[in-house]
Amino acid sequence: MKLNDLLNQKSEGLKGTGPNSDIVISSRIRLARNLEKLSFSHWADEKEQGEVLTKVESAINESNYLKGSLFLKMREMSNIDKQFLVERHLISREHATGSDHKGVMISDKEIVSIMINEEDHLRLQVIQSGFNLAEARLLTDRIESELESHLNFAFSSNWGYLTACPTNVGTGMRASVMLHLPALVMTNQISKVLQAIAKLSLTTRGLFGEGTEAKGNFFQISNQISLGRLEIEIIDNIERVIKQVMEYEQSARNNLLTHNKDLIEDRVWRAYGILKGVRIISSNETIDLLSSVRLGVDIGLLKDIDRGMVNELFILTQPAHLQKIEGKALTADKRDVKRAELIRKKLNM
Amino acid sequence: MICDSCGHKQATVHLTEIVDDQTKELHLCEECAREKGALMGQQFGLADLLASLVGIESEPITKGEKGAKCPNCKMAYNDFRKYGRLGCGDCYVAFKDSLTPLLKKIHGSTQHVGRVPTRGVKTTMKARTELQELQMRLQKAIEMEEFEEAARIRDEIKNYEKKLKGK
Repeated sequence: MKLNDLLNQKSEGLKGTGPNSDIVISSRIRLARNLEKLSFSHWADEKEQGEVLTKVESAINESNYLKGSLFLKMREMSNIDKQFLVERHLISREHATGSDHKGVMISDKEIVSIMINEEDHLRLQVIQSGFNLAEARLLTDRIESELESHLNFAFSSNWGYLTACPTNVGTGMRASVMLHLPALVMTNQISKVLQAIAKLSLTTRGLFGEGTEAKGNFFQISNQISLGRLEIEIIDNIERVIKQVMEYEQSARNNLLTHNKDLIEDRVWRAYGILKGVRIISSNETIDLLSSVRLGVDIGLLKDIDRGMVNELFILTQPAHLQKIEGKALTADKRDVKRAELIRKKLNM
Repeated sequence: MICDSCGHKQATVHLTEIVDDQTKELHLCEECAREKGALMGQQFGLADLLASLVGIESEPITKGEKGAKCPNCKMAYNDFRKYGRLGCGDCYVAFKDSLTPLLKKIHGSTQHVGRVPTRGVKTTMKARTELQELQMRLQKAIEMEEFEEAARIRDEIKNYEKKLKGK
C-alpha cells in the first residue's frame, strides 16, 4: 500500500454504517504505550528515538494483523502529505511538526494506526464506524498482544502503563465516540448536555481534535480518567453516557420534525441546493452546509444520498486533500474553486 | 473576522485558551497559523494545559524532591514542572512523593487496575485483573438481561477460580 492509495479508499471511520450511524460517526480506542528503560520521546536523544522507531517497525512486521500495512517516516514526507494525514485523523498536529524519528503505521482501510515517537513511543488507535467501542477494544487487545510478544512495555504494578503525561497513566486508554448533534445545537440544548458530560469525568472536543471549536456540530466525547478503573468500566461508563446523549439528540430531532418541520426542511434543502450549484466555497462553509445535508440524510429527507459519501466529503474538501487530488499545490483562492467543483461533482453524480 | 497577526486576511483558525476561568482568544488566517505552527506548540502546549488543570505551578515541591533527579534519564523534577511530561518510566518512582497527590487529583486514584502486560508480570496480578474483568462483564450481562451470556461468564469465573486455587 502507498500513501496515495488512501485517497481512493473508503476509510472505516467514514463508512457511515454500523450501530446508530445516524448519530454516531465512529468509535475509537487509543492506547498510549512506551518501551521499557528508554526515555519518553520528548526527552530521548536521537539514538534512543531511532531505537524506538526500529524496534516498533520490526514488531509491526512480525504481527499477523499488521503485516503489509503502510509504514511511513515523517522526515521523508512532504508537508502536504503530513497535513493530509492530519486531516484523515491518522496523526496529530504535533506529530506533523518536527522531523526527528517520528513514524506512522496505517493498516488496511485505516482501521488501525500507530504513531511512533509522538508524546508516547506508541499511540495505537483502532477505529470502527458507528457506535461500536466493544469491537474496537477487541481489536486493540488483539494487536497489543501481538506487539507485546516483541516489545516490553513500561509498566508498574502501582501505576499501570507508564506514559509521558500523568493524565494518561494506568490503562493508557482513551475511548472516544464521535457524534453528530445538529438538533441539540439548533435547539440550544447542547451546552447543557456538554456541562453534564463534563461532570461525569468525560471530555468533549470538536471534530478536529484538541483545542478547536466544534465545527459542523461534531462532538467527540472521551474518558478523562485512565488510572484506577478497568478498561471495561471506562468503556461502560462512556457507553451509558453516549446512549443518553443519543436519546436527547433523537428527541430534539423528533421535536423539530413535529413542531418546526418547515424550518428543518428549509435548512436541509437550502444547504443541499447551495452545495449542488456552488462555484466558490471555503472549508468552514462547506462543513456547516454538509452538516445540514447529513442531517437531511439521517432524518430521511434526502433519501438518495449515501451517508458515507457525505462523510467522505467532509475530509476530501480539506486543503491538503484538495491539493493531493489535484496533484499540485493550490493557493487558498484556487482551493475554494476546486472544492466547489468537487462537491458539485459528488452531489450531482 | 480579520487575522490578529497580519491584520488583513480572513481569520480561519480560532484558538481559545482558558486559564483560571479567563478566556484568551486568538484568531489567525491560515497562512499566519501555519507560520506560527511551531510557536503555538509552545504557547498552547500541554505543559500549560496540565499546569492550569491541576495547578502544578502553584503546588509546593515536596522538600526531599526539590533537587530530585531521575537516576535513569536524569530529568529533574523542575523539568517536569516546565514541560508537563516525565522523562521516562523510572521518573514515576523518582518523583513518587510529588506525583502521588497529582495522580489523585487527576484520576481520583493512585492504583492501577486493568490490563497487565503478558510478559514480565506476576501471574497472580494478571489473574486478578482478568477475574475483575470477568466479574464486570457478568454484572453487565445481568443488567442487560442477557442471561445466557451471564451463565457462560459465571462458569468461566468458576473455572478460573478453580484453576487459581489449584496452583
